[in-house]
Amino acid sequence: MSEAANIQKDQEFLTFTLGEENYALDILTVKEIRGYESVTKIANAPPFIKGVINLRGDIVPIVDLRIKFSVGTATYDEFTIVIVLHIHNRIVGIVVDGVSDVVSLNKDQLRPPPDFGVAFDSRYLLGLATINEQMIIMVDINELISSEEMGLFNTEQHQVV
Amino acid sequence: MSIDMKQFHSVFFDESQEHLDEMEHLLLDLDTQNPDPEQLNTIFRAAHSVKGGSGIFGFDALGSVTHIMESLLDNVRQGKLAIDPQMVDLFLSSVDVLKGILESYKSGSEIDWPSANRICERLEAITHPKSTPVEHESEIEGFGLFTESSPIEVEDGFGFFGDPVLPSTQETYGFFADESSTAAATNVQNSPESAAPANASLTTNIPSPEVVTASAPVKNAPSAAPTKSKPADVVSENSSIRVDVTKVDQLINLVGEIVITQSMLNLIGQSIDGALGEKFQSVAAELERNTREIQEAVMSIRMLPVSFVFNRFPRVVRDLSTKLGKSIDLIIEGGDTELDKGLTEKLVDPLTHLVRNSIDHGIESTEVRVERNKNPTGTVVLKAAQQGGSIVISISDDGGGLSRKKILAKAHEKNIAVGENPSDAEVWQLIFAPGFSTADQITDVSGRGVGLDVVKRNVQSLGGRIDIESVEGVGATFTIRLPLTLAIVDGMCVSVGDQTFIIPLVNIVESMQPLQKDIKTLVGDDQLLLVRDQYWPILPLYKAMQLEPDFKEAHKGIAVLIEANKHRFALFVDALVGQQQVVIKSLEQHYRRIQGVAGATIMGDGSVALILDVESLAVTVNPHTLQQAS
Repeated sequence: MSEAANIQKDQEFLTFTLGEENYALDILTVKEIRGYESVTKIANAPPFIKGVINLRGDIVPIVDLRIKFSVGTATYDEFTIVIVLHIHNRIVGIVVDGVSDVVSLNKDQLRPPPDFGVAFDSRYLLGLATINEQMIIMVDINELISSEEMGLFNTEQHQVV
Repeated sequence: MSIDMKQFHSVFFDESQEHLDEMEHLLLDLDTQNPDPEQLNTIFRAAHSVKGGSGIFGFDALGSVTHIMESLLDNVRQGKLAIDPQMVDLFLSSVDVLKGILESYKSGSEIDWPSANRICERLEAITHPKSTPVEHESEIEGFGLFTESSPIEVEDGFGFFGDPVLPSTQETYGFFADESSTAAATNVQNSPESAAPANASLTTNIPSPEVVTASAPVKNAPSAAPTKSKPADVVSENSSIRVDVTKVDQLINLVGEIVITQSMLNLIGQSIDGALGEKFQSVAAELERNTREIQEAVMSIRMLPVSFVFNRFPRVVRDLSTKLGKSIDLIIEGGDTELDKGLTEKLVDPLTHLVRNSIDHGIESTEVRVERNKNPTGTVVLKAAQQGGSIVISISDDGGGLSRKKILAKAHEKNIAVGENPSDAEVWQLIFAPGFSTADQITDVSGRGVGLDVVKRNVQSLGGRIDIESVEGVGATFTIRLPLTLAIVDGMCVSVGDQTFIIPLVNIVESMQPLQKDIKTLVGDDQLLLVRDQYWPILPLYKAMQLEPDFKEAHKGIAVLIEANKHRFALFVDALVGQQQVVIKSLEQHYRRIQGVAGATIMGDGSVALILDVESLAVTVNPHTLQQAS
């Protein structure tokens, strides 16, 4: 939760939905948002890693957060969204049910995350915020994506980063 | 200093390396009887540029050696001093020392001051013949090219200087003005036998003599190097620019994308009807032509003429033939064949090894050649050519050729399994086995049997292969076949379910639709395929890649017979899609290594296909099945 301390001024977040819940992540990590397209499957990968796609010449892994955190149903149609993130010099796509808005938040609006009740481990949360009477779960996306649990990065490489 | 000079270092290193290479090349070409003034000028300019640059960056070791070389060369080109073969040899040794120093600066390692100082003294000895005795010619070849591996260097590279050399000429140049410098102007006093660079003990001759060891850091080594030197030559004779390789790679990537977008555009164009559609298609065709041209142009940026590698061999041959007392002509053909830069760099070691091999083992000694009614001067031909999508480099010699009998005897001695009545090609491949050497006598050049296996591995790691042709008594030819670039692999596209995979063509022996009767099932579902009296273990790709295939029964799909380094197996896939060249992309850049996959590529329709790594797939084959198969 190192980042929570850094939130001094207003910071912009991209909000997205997984199932019924609203989440938000730091917009500066977002490279682009695109529709879901068919992926190339990868052997021996956990089920939440859907496979890899070609993003303008880069081979990019696609993670379905709905499968990873067992929220919502993992269906793929023309409305399924992939948020392409740029984290630690790597590119990763995450599948979500939809993106909704960009919101500005400052530190005062953040509440500490609960210890239970959300799908994400509190290690990967910055906190909770309420906007327009809706609860938004703030995800520490850097921490989540580079976590060992996701298995996206080779651990030794992660240490170098 | 307000400007961070470090940013210019790498450019300086590259340029100096080129200057030194050029110097070496020209020195080898130089006709000492009748030197070409233009060549002398160029050698002088190269020395001057290196000196200028090293002065600016404070690389004193480089500066001091090049300065003396420069003054000598200046005298030579002005006709004040006649150049002779000994001098050329000395200059060549100087170039070697300079290369060593440059490498040390580059890697930030310890500068070999003793050899730098020695070479300075020897150069000065020529400038002022009365002050020191000139060394014997035979000692000169010591500073071998083969810095890492060769025993030559250790054996006679050091310890020439049995006699203390009077450094009386130092004031003339005044490099070593720094009084505190203990290492400046040194004499090596140890005996030739114990000489090794690390423990060579040195004594100074400056006021208070004290002993330092060369391995101790020489901090205040000559710092009064040519401060008055002019800035590096602004005059550049070639019109090339230096570009970061990553920028070029980025360009290649982007162009690849344009090609894919272009083909998608074509697809859309075909679905437009009427006059507009026709117009669109003609424009799209135009665009296609242009993009292809851009792609070729961009790919060619990475290409370098193979002469960049070949140019070092005249020196190798010269040094070795002198050392071995053989008379050898080197003929280089096709030096302007272009090759990917990454490949050229990695070719140096294997080629050097093969050339040395040809000279040491291939070419017979002059007496034997005369006895066999051959031209007493042996010939080694180094040839490069492009054949389709690959580059073929061959090293031929007109020596004794490989001896079938000797190799087979050696194989027997080393307990290497050999089939009944092996073909010549099979016998020749035996020499690539680790620890294999048929040389009667171990020389320091080769014969220890370490190496040819490494050569083969190096070539294979570049995606190439190596073949031998040999006729006993007439000569041998080693042929290396390489893909045009490292980034492209010739592959066979195969499909399993809805996924496409690429198998590198070099690993494929053949593909076939197996007959039911040729498939034998073992305990535990493992299967063997009988092909021409040999059993191949079957590896279903759908199992390895955890996919849902179209066919699970081996006889309905296709078996691709694959030969990996150690294993052979039959890869069972649904269908063959076709053969094509694919661009290798890294999976690890954004994801991680996957067992059985070497990389990925982007197909014409923009989708991703995985390139199989047959070596690691082979490991997944049940060892028990492998045993059964053999």
